[in-house]
Amino acid sequence: MVDRKEYDVLVIGGGPAGLAAALSASGTGARVGLIEREECLGGILKQCVHDGFGLVRFGQMLSGPEYARRFIDLVEGSDIAVHLETFVHAARRLASAGGGYVLECVSRDEGVFEAYAPALVLATGCRERSDRQVFIHGDRPAGVLTAGLAQHLVNIEGVLPGRRAVILGSGDIGLIMARRLTLEGMEVEGVYELKAEPSGLSRNLQQCLSDFGIPLHLLMTVVEIHGKRRVEAVTAARVDLRGSVIAGSERLVECDTLVLSVGLIPENELALSLGLGLDPSTKGPKVDQGGGAGEGIFVCGNALHVNDLVDYVSESGEAAGRDAAGHALSIGAAGGTAAPGRRVAVKAGPGFLYAVPQFIDLSRPGPAVIYFRVNSTLREGARVSLSAAGETLLGKRYPALRPPEMERLEIDPGRVPEGCDSLWLELERKEADLG
Amino acid sequence: MAETRRFVCIVCPRGCALEVDVDVDVAGEGKAVLALRGNACARGEVYGRSEIVDPRRSLTSTVRVANGKRRRLPVRSTGTIPLPRLREAARALDGIVVEGPLACGTVIAVDFLGLGVDIVATDQLERGM
Repeated sequence: MVDRKEYDVLVIGGGPAGLAAALSASGTGARVGLIEREECLGGILKQCVHDGFGLVRFGQMLSGPEYARRFIDLVEGSDIAVHLETFVHAARRLASAGGGYVLECVSRDEGVFEAYAPALVLATGCRERSDRQVFIHGDRPAGVLTAGLAQHLVNIEGVLPGRRAVILGSGDIGLIMARRLTLEGMEVEGVYELKAEPSGLSRNLQQCLSDFGIPLHLLMTVVEIHGKRRVEAVTAARVDLRGSVIAGSERLVECDTLVLSVGLIPENELALSLGLGLDPSTKGPKVDQGGGAGEGIFVCGNALHVNDLVDYVSESGEAAGRDAAGHALSIGAAGGTAAPGRRVAVKAGPGFLYAVPQFIDLSRPGPAVIYFRVNSTLREGARVSLSAAGETLLGKRYPALRPPEMERLEIDPGRVPEGCDSLWLELERKEADLG
Repeated sequence: MAETRRFVCIVCPRGCALEVDVDVDVAGEGKAVLALRGNACARGEVYGRSEIVDPRRSLTSTVRVANGKRRRLPVRSTGTIPLPRLREAARALDGIVVEGPLACGTVIAVDFLGLGVDIVATDQLERGM
């Protein structure tokens, strides 16, 4: 008989989203189990030794470990049951009255066990797109690695991945690693970006590339990797605005390391196995303002959509933890059922990449936070408004909007008029940015 | 001679596009800030002015751990140091070895390289093995 541990809320993932979710659920009195596959809590923050975390939440520039520590200390001082070095290899929904979820776990200390809770929080983060997911010709010798792996090698293991690096993709981790590798004594030949615009935050272009004279090559990509056992060079080429390689523009760049910073994808293997559908634009499940994806599953942080700032990851974790605890406790009180409230859809109009959450549950008290990204740079800024049945509920002016930068709006669900079934996020751009 | 310099404020993730009118000498070095635009807050003003006459950055890195379960301990400078000396400072961290237990925030090097800043741990370190 496999040992079964019972909780009100089970949180999968001990990174910033999971830590915040576990704490907020525990704060409402729920019994919380937190499952983390690595040997310590903190998630990716452990290897983000640079600073800039926590400005929104704490008004301070913290390094990743410092930001994580603030939450870890609270978790360690709480009665949250933390299961470290524990891997969830399957999750299933119970068909009996009340439902709930059973996680099949394998743990270094506790062996094989099952964990049960009526509410599940998925805080599984995201993964890096790898060299198998981008199209590059040639061999795969040693020296091809993702930016996050390079970061792990340098900051956790204390080893340099090579001597001369080319970075493909201008995502934030790639930019951060350009600076990090340079400071640790590697030469970074340049950062190559397929698109016409960089995909990282402006401040990282300044402090990670400009500060060190590292060139950013826009509309260029790596088309081939050369080398037998170790990377010896890559072929870089110019591309047109559609991303097609311009013939004759290829040039050979000598390097022993190719670092890929080509995007992050929410990790939702468990969500898919539980039958949740994904929003094609966020690649995460469709949720309400508390991360509720239905039937007691709550999703938060980068598993939901890739955030630009950890502060927002924590915020979404808190909302998910609170609502997961509310769900679990109401099931207990109602003897097996939790009635869903009236929901309206949040729809993003033209000009947006996406808006999260996809639904607002009107029965929930307190303001609902809507995060969104635009799909192109609006240098002149724009006015973003949220309307329901032709009535504008709120509007906000932004001095500038860029796709890498996530924006945030708060709405009072009580202001949504009766009888309307969707809210529209709309963009009014300035003349200069039109066409 | 005056010129306008454009750069991004790095104080917070908002990343304001700053425009600074600078009085420069014949060698192109910034002597004085004549005007500053584009900042959304007072910290941007301070940053923009400092960037012209004396660009400074925080240093974050790791140091070696002796006899520990982990190999590296993350550290930071308590204040900013001149940008031109950042690489030198990062290299100098190579010589530091720490041993646990250490609390987050423990000073590891006082007045590092005479730069007027300390190096502190940004995570706790468990007792050595």
